[in-house]
Amino acid sequence: MTELQLFDGSLPVEDITNGWYKEFKNSNYGAIITFVGVVRDENEIDGLSFDIYEPILNSWFDAWQEKAKAKGAIVLMAHSKGDVLNHTSSYISAVCSPQRRVGLELIDEFVEDFKASAPIWKYDIIDGKREYALKRSTAINGAGLLS
Amino acid sequence: MVTVEFLGPIGKEPLKLDISNLNQLSDILKQDESLTSWLQNSAVAINDMLVQDKNIELKDGDKISLLPPVCGG
Repeated sequence: MTELQLFDGSLPVEDITNGWYKEFKNSNYGAIITFVGVVRDENEIDGLSFDIYEPILNSWFDAWQEKAKAKGAIVLMAHSKGDVLNHTSSYISAVCSPQRRVGLELIDEFVEDFKASAPIWKYDIIDGKREYALKRSTAINGAGLLS
Repeated sequence: MVTVEFLGPIGKEPLKLDISNLNQLSDILKQDESLTSWLQNSAVAINDMLVQDKNIELKDGDKISLLPPVCGG
């Protein structure tokens, strides 16, 4: 599926964004808005590492696609699995929409909900070891049901 | 019999249990001290659908997943 792409390791940003542009530039979208997340060199990390639970990621993404289509838009996303070193990309999201206002609002909501809900777990890579980034993580809505 | 899987950083092997609702699962998992903080901050899915009701009846072959706090991007 072009709309949701997962890769082992760092994202080939130019291939992904150029591919989306070529695929959708003739679909009469007036605005194509892309957000590229780049791993920063901070807190003495060598990079980040990710686990993804794909079944729920797919249903989360499908629900967003329906929401976007209701506004005449589409959402696109690419994410890394495994290790991603500093100064490379682990996450790209994009919106194609008829006009810019719908697109700008949608990409903001899409990225924020991604951060709060998408079943992806982040680890810092420090001295070759993965350390779960608990403090930067968000409990999914409804967490604590079994406590 | 249902399967319970612990996603992401929880790092625990799946369990097979003979239970009929999530109240029973909660009672069993609370006996494992290594899971105490995970039970407080994890969401629960049955067959890949997030749920918020402990009284849902479980069927033979169901898959229950614990999803700890997330941080994509």
